[in-house]
Amino acid sequence: MTTTVHERQQPDSARYPAQADFGGHGNVTSESGSWRAVEDRSPASRTGIWVGLAAITMTFAAFTSAMVVRQGSSTDWRHFALPSVLYLNTAILLTSSVTLELARQRVRWLARGLQPRCAIPLLWLYVTLGLGWLFVVGQYAAWLKLRSEGLYLATSPSSSFFYLFTAIHAIHVLGGLAGLMVVVWRFSRPVPTLRLSTVSTVSYYWHFMDLLWVYLLFLLWTRI
Amino acid sequence: MHDKSAHAARHRVPPTGFIRKYIFSTDHKVIGEQYYGLALAAVFIGMVLSWIMRIHLAWPAAAIPGMQLLSKNGAPGGVLTPEYYLQLMTMHGTIMVFFVLTTAPLAGFGNYFLPIQVGAEDMPFPRLNMLSFWVTFGAFLVAIAAFFVPQGPPLSGWTAYAPLSALGEVAGPGQGTGQVLWAVSIAIFCVGQLLGTLNFISATLDMRCQGMGLMRLPLTVWAWFITACISLTAFAVLMPACILLVLDHVAGTSFFVPSNLVVNDQLQPHAGGSTLLWQHLFWFFGHPEVYIAIVPAMGIVSHVLITNMRRPLLSHKAIIYSMVAIAFLSYMVYGHHMFVSGMNPYSSIAFSLPTLAITIPSTIMVLIWIGSLYGSKLRINTASLFALGFISMFVSGGITGFFLAQPSLDIMLHATYFVVGHFHLVMAVAALFGIFAGTYFWFPKVTGRMMNETLGKVHFWFTFVGAYCIFMPFHYLGMAGNVRRYQAFVDDFMAPLMPVHKFITIAALITGAAQLIFLYNLIHSRFWGELAPQNPWEGTSLEWSIPSPPPFDNFAGKLPVVYHDPYQYDIEGATNDYVMQDSPASINSVRGEK
Amino acid sequence: MGKVFAATLIVIALASAMPIILHTWEPPADISTHGRLIDEQMSETMAEAGVAFLAAQLILAWLVWRFSNRPKNEKIQHFPGGARGLVAAAVLVVGIEVMALGIFGAKAWAAIYFTPPSANALPIQAQAGQFAFYFRYPGADGKFGPIHPEMVNEGNLNFFGLDTTHDADSKDDIVTAELAVPVNREIHLLMHSKDVGHSFFIRELRIQQDFVPGLDLAVHFTATKPGKYEILCTQLCGLGHYNMKAYLKVMSQSDFDNWLKQKAALQ
Repeated sequence: MTTTVHERQQPDSARYPAQADFGGHGNVTSESGSWRAVEDRSPASRTGIWVGLAAITMTFAAFTSAMVVRQGSSTDWRHFALPSVLYLNTAILLTSSVTLELARQRVRWLARGLQPRCAIPLLWLYVTLGLGWLFVVGQYAAWLKLRSEGLYLATSPSSSFFYLFTAIHAIHVLGGLAGLMVVVWRFSRPVPTLRLSTVSTVSYYWHFMDLLWVYLLFLLWTRI
Repeated sequence: MHDKSAHAARHRVPPTGFIRKYIFSTDHKVIGEQYYGLALAAVFIGMVLSWIMRIHLAWPAAAIPGMQLLSKNGAPGGVLTPEYYLQLMTMHGTIMVFFVLTTAPLAGFGNYFLPIQVGAEDMPFPRLNMLSFWVTFGAFLVAIAAFFVPQGPPLSGWTAYAPLSALGEVAGPGQGTGQVLWAVSIAIFCVGQLLGTLNFISATLDMRCQGMGLMRLPLTVWAWFITACISLTAFAVLMPACILLVLDHVAGTSFFVPSNLVVNDQLQPHAGGSTLLWQHLFWFFGHPEVYIAIVPAMGIVSHVLITNMRRPLLSHKAIIYSMVAIAFLSYMVYGHHMFVSGMNPYSSIAFSLPTLAITIPSTIMVLIWIGSLYGSKLRINTASLFALGFISMFVSGGITGFFLAQPSLDIMLHATYFVVGHFHLVMAVAALFGIFAGTYFWFPKVTGRMMNETLGKVHFWFTFVGAYCIFMPFHYLGMAGNVRRYQAFVDDFMAPLMPVHKFITIAALITGAAQLIFLYNLIHSRFWGELAPQNPWEGTSLEWSIPSPPPFDNFAGKLPVVYHDPYQYDIEGATNDYVMQDSPASINSVRGEK
Repeated sequence: MGKVFAATLIVIALASAMPIILHTWEPPADISTHGRLIDEQMSETMAEAGVAFLAAQLILAWLVWRFSNRPKNEKIQHFPGGARGLVAAAVLVVGIEVMALGIFGAKAWAAIYFTPPSANALPIQAQAGQFAFYFRYPGADGKFGPIHPEMVNEGNLNFFGLDTTHDADSKDDIVTAELAVPVNREIHLLMHSKDVGHSFFIRELRIQQDFVPGLDLAVHFTATKPGKYEILCTQLCGLGHYNMKAYLKVMSQSDFDNWLKQKAALQ
């Protein structure tokens, strides 16, 4: 067992190239006039959002399997027509994803100096925010519609799951709206300072809510 | 050379003021200590509950002094009522499993040491981390509140099987408000843990310092990372289950309550629910939960053993892959809790074989630990004694899994004290030994002071011998058919088993009392212990290259650079027999860097 | 201190094995036709687990004894064969052994659960409720009357919710608080839960099965030895769980017929 110790050794960044620029510290990538986009070099928020989305996926998978088992074990499953406002809500939510992408693209341009003013991305953000709130209000309208038909939370397992899925999804959408409001708030300050990763994280989350809703609508449409 | 460490980190300013520093702190070290403190408070509550239960089981008519103060109706004159026994039992299980075995090994040690060991100044999302602790703390308060509602805590056990748990007050005392508080508490707890996993996974993947490749992570980091992945899926399933349970209580839904149930001659106003649905959702969480408790302990024990054996394990990768395999298998085996629950008998076989397959990674780990002991220069101190005790307990508790994994044997052993002995040894005692090993090992780093070794060893001997005296006889009782969750053994054949119960109770009282030595040692050493050097155990991982206790941002504004695998011991040319991970010295070892 | 640990571990391992070797605590003798397979599987598993337990603990003790606190000048030795040999041993020896155990053990499970009851098995319904078992025999017509949950009334001793005035099938049903069965006759036990989860455990019969509310399960068994045996509830069902029990009486066919006649007269 012969061993020698040399003085100094290069950290083998060649072996671990991915680590080469890990530092976890912020870096100013653009300064155009009164606006600063701070790109956080640490991609932790990108991993973090995927981990969070995985947890949300598992939660809805558990609810889905509960729904399948509950429907399979019972004779009291009551089928009813979904309130048609849901389809309008779906369109609203899908549109909001498009407007959010537009906003994000403008923010990126802004960071590269291709877009001179903050007003335009901010406008698209406000549109997204408005559509998001409209979606939540629309979901509430769907609940009112069901209530008017005498379908309450405990009326039938099908209505239980309808309220459950829409409510839990709406709570998550509200979380997304909170994230959007943080972005808007950061953007509307006298000297707007924003991490690009914050915009990306919020938009990933928002698009995921979109996809999740399409899945839920399909699930509800086929089973209720 | 592009020296990354020259880049200062975020230049964060340490918070001033008591509240920002110690209460609502975003520092991962403070949060780790908070989690540890929560677990410490919880474990003593849980232990006292177990004392009360054990005394009642051995001497059912005995008045336990002071009990009537805790609950006038539950313990009139100090003698437990049957329902109060079950209520205490439920709280014992809930507190121990959730607030001790989940919080201490993962959230406690993991929060403190994972960022340091990967070479980061903090968790990636410090505010979420703080939120995670306070949400968990809120869950704890809600759970404890169940003691103080009129009917007391629920009596349905920590597994809360429906429909007993879903019918409400009519099913038994505590099944109303108490059970709702329980379900709400666990749902909140799940949120807290999910927030935590976000940090653990992101920190491991993204916050590693330069040179810290995945295979250069210490085994502790691997264990926490794998555990976080298990938590992510397990708690994300338990939370929906608890939400459904709460709705069955407060909203009149029938997720878990079937039709035509008659309680006290009253037809229940529920229809169509599935009782097995709760069991499926619960055990989908419940079995991985065992690994959430034990896998961090495996990591800690490997870490402690390697440092004290003065050599790396025979295979670093074998341990990592075994932990990954266990995590993966843990989702395919949960049905072994339900062999006699009326599942399809064919699925019992399908759940039995993967359960038995867990033997393989477990055996690999035990053999690697034992094989590495061969030829080592094992240093005996309290930490290494607890690590060795862990191996012994893990073997003893794991081997009885051979029996319980087989549906045909489960017919005889299900719901007996055999199961109680099995999971207490493998999940509770083994994980606690991991926690103790970690505590004695890292205490100098956390506090800057050494723990008292003599007291530590006294604590070890009482705990090691005591745990065997308590939990080995449980297996014998189970083989004789002694059923668990009975508050008294009125059946004819159980009378001859009473001396065994008395023996266990006495052992539990002594072993429990010995934990006060630990508590004293912890507090006394914290303030008056001998001052600790930076690297008292001559370890190699990053936590030993920073001062004890670590400064606010761990590396004083300079992120470390890592040059070596985590466990470079047995290096002959070195001044000592080891080379630190961040030492730029190069190593030409026969064993090489693996 | 390492040697003390080793010695303690050896004492603990041997002391733990002693009650098993001496058969100090064991389940009572089997009185079922299917139980032999379970008992054989149990002793095989015990032998394997016992050997593994003792081997692991004693080897651990020896290694700690031998290699703890060695003098500074001694060198670290490498385990012959290294990790590869150990992993191979774990996979090949332990893994295959344990998996084989499980696969052969499935035989006992299959014997109970994969075979339907024979056509002439005697049907008996068992009902579990907080905190008592009740049993129902179909009477002369061989049919059980339907259960009307809204009619359950313990005060009137209508434990099953039978409507004896309207349901013809219910009229001759015999309800008892103990389970009497004729010896060497297959019993088809239909399990019904009135309220929450319960379980049906008879050690001598090598039978344990949960009562699942909303899901009526069945087990079948043949008792081979006359006598009186305890039936325990093993699924936590509430405050009286510990006291929920009944008796199984295995009797000769003629005794059983007499017993049934007596009970029928009491209805």
